[in-house]
Amino acid sequence: MAATAKRKTKSTPKTADSGQLLKYYHDMLLIRRFEEKAGQLYGMGLIGGFCHLYIGQEAVVVGMQAAITENDTVITSYRDHGHMLACGMDPKGVMAELTGRRGGYSKGKGGSMHMFSRERNFFGGHGIVGAQVPIGTGLAFAHRYLENGNVCLTYLGDGAVNQGQVHESFNMAALWKLPVIYVIENNKYGMGTSVARSSAQQDLYRHGQAYGIPGEQVDGMDVLAVNAAGDKAVAHVRAGKGPYILEMLTYRYRGHSMSDPAKYRTKEEVSKMRQEHDPIDTLRKHLLEGQHSDEAGLKNIDREIREVISAATEFAQNSPEPDPSELYTDVLAEA
Amino acid sequence: MPIKVLMPALSPTMTEGNLAKWHKQEGDAVQPGDVIAEIETDKATMEVEAVDEGKLGKILVPEGSEGVKVNAVIALLLEEGEEESALKDGGSQNGASQSGPVVSTTAPERPASDEGQPGPDRPVDAQPPQVRPASPLANRLAEVGTEEEPFRGETVTTTVREALRDAMVEEMRRDPSVLLMGEEVAEYQGAYKVSQGLLEEFGPKRVVDTPITEHGFTGLAVGAAYYGLRPIVEFMTFNFAMQAMDQIINSAAKTRYMSGGQMGCPIVFRGPNGAAARVGAQHSQEYSSWYAHVPGLIVVAPYSAADAKGLLKSAIRNPNPVIFLENEILYGQSFEVPKDPDFTVPIGRAKVVRSGADVTITAFSIQVGQAIAAAERLAEEGIDAEVIDLRTIRPMDTATIVESVKKTNRLVSVEEGWAFAGIGAELAAVMMEQAFDWLDAPVARVTGADVPLPYAANLEKLALPQPDDIVKAARAVCYRS
Repeated sequence: MAATAKRKTKSTPKTADSGQLLKYYHDMLLIRRFEEKAGQLYGMGLIGGFCHLYIGQEAVVVGMQAAITENDTVITSYRDHGHMLACGMDPKGVMAELTGRRGGYSKGKGGSMHMFSRERNFFGGHGIVGAQVPIGTGLAFAHRYLENGNVCLTYLGDGAVNQGQVHESFNMAALWKLPVIYVIENNKYGMGTSVARSSAQQDLYRHGQAYGIPGEQVDGMDVLAVNAAGDKAVAHVRAGKGPYILEMLTYRYRGHSMSDPAKYRTKEEVSKMRQEHDPIDTLRKHLLEGQHSDEAGLKNIDREIREVISAATEFAQNSPEPDPSELYTDVLAEA
Repeated sequence: MPIKVLMPALSPTMTEGNLAKWHKQEGDAVQPGDVIAEIETDKATMEVEAVDEGKLGKILVPEGSEGVKVNAVIALLLEEGEEESALKDGGSQNGASQSGPVVSTTAPERPASDEGQPGPDRPVDAQPPQVRPASPLANRLAEVGTEEEPFRGETVTTTVREALRDAMVEEMRRDPSVLLMGEEVAEYQGAYKVSQGLLEEFGPKRVVDTPITEHGFTGLAVGAAYYGLRPIVEFMTFNFAMQAMDQIINSAAKTRYMSGGQMGCPIVFRGPNGAAARVGAQHSQEYSSWYAHVPGLIVVAPYSAADAKGLLKSAIRNPNPVIFLENEILYGQSFEVPKDPDFTVPIGRAKVVRSGADVTITAFSIQVGQAIAAAERLAEEGIDAEVIDLRTIRPMDTATIVESVKKTNRLVSVEEGWAFAGIGAELAAVMMEQAFDWLDAPVARVTGADVPLPYAANLEKLALPQPDDIVKAARAVCYRS
């Protein structure tokens, strides 16, 4: 089979209506503000352990989520707060899980990296690099088995691409034509190691070529480009043609986790991305120039989001810690 | 002196087979490499090639014969110049004698075969493979069971291999979300022929041949289970499951807890565990204590065919991840199994397979047979041993063991795995905690030797628990010498 991958740095954005554009703006800003607040709460000692923020990458998950239906399934790694919000999970429940309270999605027993919502078809939240990829492939296997027409979006980072199990998954997905889209969020650094220092093939969408999986590179800082590529991939996969790889060129502004001094990149590199490619600023400009909204309209969205985040924060601080009796529950299900 | 042609073994655990066809007849000239016969077992067929040049002097086992023992003399080959009268000497040892000097055997190409691993030719002077046939007592297990309601319906003699297959077939008929996946489970009919006939009945959608990619297909099956399917994952052996350990522990075992009870992972991981026969250190490890260590997993290790069937059915219906540890040597052993298709065995219940008053011996999987054999010998010495088949390792049925120890005041724990942090170590701790005042002797452990399993037949035997070791341990805790 000839390799069908092709390089594409910028998809042609489809024409989205004002309502759709404003939803993108809303959803990206919700994630941004949520993550900023999570960073603050971490600094105050209200969130413990590991906390991986999604700031800078919002366009990826928002653009992709708009390409699927609510019956489709989503799974990702540990940088997962943005994915949960994009799936429609309640910010209160997500934030309360970060603070380890009983109102959290996992009753406080999972934490930042381990949250799920069967109702929203979000299957985690996985803490081991690459482990979510065979699992997502298995969700796609279940879709095909049950013939329900759904697809699975499996997100992974640039660091995960070098995991053996990711390639094992690519092989099985292509072999069995499973309805799965692998969304590689290439934010250029697997923790502190750049893609150039870790991947022999730095065009990550090409990692599926050996298995004949079509793939393309997308400007992951542009929500419209992401959504257009997502639509195309979803159509391919839903038509039963097997898996698809989308490599999203994106960037995280914050460190790998909260404790990252970020010595592996310059301040200039980060500020250049923020100033020139910020997905929210870009869309905001587009909204105003295209007269989809005005300053007052956008300000209303900002205010509404601040209220949601403030309510989530309050809930996450006031929700009690899990009852000690919860220590031994949920290990096994009753037969 | 005529050359003896012996019944070859297709695999290290084969004990007998059928002589399907003779390709050469008496009086035919034979060159090395000529196919002279065809043999078959329930797992495979194989051609027997001549190693020596000569004339087929006498066929001792006619074609169509069943149950021919490995290493039985099946024909005599006359060397050049040898007269037919020479057959009288060799012919006098007709039949199934496995002892005596082996002049020569056919050297069958060992198929790349049961284990899916390319193997060396079987050494020409190989001893018969070590097998531990089920003792007569073991065959009566279905009747002597005391733990659950004794089964009073009709039974049928079944091998462990067939019992496992029957369990899967019945559960797949019952629930369309049950499927089987693994290496060689479909078209090959199972590396050990456990999934014989499943592809034919259920098709490739539900009986899925995977690539050799344990980490990947284990994670894939876990994902399918998250969505509500009930996969049975066959590992060709549990040794290969180490490749998939992260998915088993981190993704299958921990997810219910990490999700606050929201998610489930109804999945069965099954396959042979522990030593087979002469397959060396990397293919012989016994994993029960590894898996039993992990909260969120259920670990089952049956001995009899009835328990294999009943427990596998319970495992498939269980909403949790279940590690189902089988044993290659047990696959071919026969036991009575209830015919009732609704027969199941509850997870988490040990079984007293032999009642006794003097010492309690616990074992699981193939070691139950060793323990029963030891108990029979102890009886001859006047020591009345109670043998408990643990059946489920986790959750451990400590109540049954404690109850027994309160009666016998002594415990010998038998396991094939290593002693350090093993099942016996756990049992010793449980006895300290729950039966301390009833113990009249320290708990004794009979375990595999603390080494990677050696290949040499004598060393392998030394490394694995033998009935003798159990007898000695039982005598010691009874203060008899």
